This record gives sequence, C-alpha cells and structure tokens, in this order.
Amino acid sequence: MVNPQIEGKIYPRTSSYLVGREKIREFAKAVFSEDPANHDIEAAKALGYKDLIAPPTFAVVIQERSLTTVLADKEAAIDFSRVVHGDQRFIHERPIVAGDELVSELKVASVKTLAGNHMVSFETAIFDGSDALVCTAISTLVVRGDS
Amino acid sequence: MSEQKLTIGQELPAREFRITRDSLVRYAGASGDFNPIHYRDDFAQKVGLPGVLAHGMLTMGLAVQVVVDFVGGSGKILDYQVRFTKPVLVDAKDGATVTVSAKVIEIAEDGKSARIDLTAVAAELTVLGKAQVRVKI
Repeated sequence: MVNPQIEGKIYPRTSSYLVGREKIREFAKAVFSEDPANHDIEAAKALGYKDLIAPPTFAVVIQERSLTTVLADKEAAIDFSRVVHGDQRFIHERPIVAGDELVSELKVASVKTLAGNHMVSFETAIFDGSDALVCTAISTLVVRGDS
Repeated sequence: MSEQKLTIGQELPAREFRITRDSLVRYAGASGDFNPIHYRDDFAQKVGLPGVLAHGMLTMGLAVQVVVDFVGGSGKILDYQVRFTKPVLVDAKDGATVTVSAKVIEIAEDGKSARIDLTAVAAELTVLGKAQVRVKI
C-alpha cells in the first residue's frame, strides 16, 4: 500500500553531504568508469574543475538520503519489502565535484495505481553550498500490490 | 579517450561488462545500497526472486560509461534516464555479462547537444528500456 494523499508532499531538506574525493574514486571504480576526471585530479583540473568530478549516476547517493526519509514516513505507508525500482533520471546542471556540500529536497510528484501496483514518482532537487541547483533526480518506485 | 564528432545514426564502440558477486558487493559499499537481494541467495529466494540480482543502479551506472568514454568524460552528460525492464541475474560462480551499445539519435538544432540511446543486454534480454543520454557537444 501507498497513501495516495502524499502526492505533492515536500519533505524537509536533508542535512548536508560532503562529497569526498575517495568516495568518488570508490563509486567510479564500482561502475567500471575509466574516465580520468573521476580518478585523477590533474585530469579533472585540466578540464577546468577544482577537484575530481563524479560519475553521472553518483547523485543516487544523495537522492537515497531523501528517499530514506520517505520510506520511514508512517504517513506515506510504503512497504519497502515490496518496492522495485521502476525508472530513474538525472538532469545535471553541472557535474558533482569533490568538496561539494550537497543538500536535497524531495517532492512526491505523483502516486498512481495501475493493475493493482502503485507507482510513486519522486523529484529530488540537489543543491550545493551556495544554494544553486546541481542536479534533479527523478525516480519511480513500483510498490507491488497484495495479490 | 578523446572528444569525437557525432553524426546521426553513428554507433559508438560497444563495451562488455563482466559482473560478478564481487562487483555487487563493491557497488553496495560504494552506493550504500545494502539490500540483501544483491548478495544473498537465500534472501533473494525467500522474496520470490530467481536469484541474486545486480542493482538496477549498477547497470545504469556502467551502461553510460560507453557514452562517457566516447564524448570525453562524465562532465558532458547533461541528462540520463533509464527504465529498469528486466533484472540482471548474477550467478555466484559464473557472474553475468552486460553488453552495452549506443547510437546517436538526434543532434540539437543549435549543435550544442545530442541524444544518444543505449541498448543493454544480459543473457539475451534487454535489461534497460528508454535508455537515453543527452550530451553536451
């Protein structure tokens, strides 16, 4: 079950997440990245960045911190054991760079029911320390029905 | 890796990714997604899955590398979306292979961005749907 009333609900901003250089290297290795700008500071600097840049899907780590808040929300009533990731999108204003301090704010964009399953779409806006938008992460979770 | 000129219909060099249980544990640690369906056979079976599955986000994360390599880095990716259509089963001994190919679909009128679509196949099944990348050129 999902409470359809949470459509439109905005969850409070998370505490800030400091993007670590070694975290970027660790994540880059895990997604088989061979992009020098994910591993080598000189390569990233040569492209004009002040430190390593993260792979394009690293923003999931930030999104997850907001999603955890929703999954723990009793009002949302989302049964995590029935959740399947349906789709995912990242719209980047700029790459995430080591040293960024990021906060995220999540909005429940829609709650739909289709063939007994619930589909909940979330929009997570990720901001940097100067409150500029870095990335919008859009995710749909499918919550399987009782059948 | 270098920046290359893109033309509509152009196919990018495909890449084969070998995923093992080690890859799943590594991704779990890197991403913080410790759902046991990604490393415990008994747990996967208990929740009715055929076996341990790769994180959808791991498949998404590695698939885009084909584009990253070709267009000159992670910083060129403006927008990236996928649907998770089929799970990637990762055998304890044999792992799994995900083959990713990519094709240039559209170049923006202003010539500043392009859309590249990805195809990701594991065990002869297409595992990502509507896998679209918009890149800066």
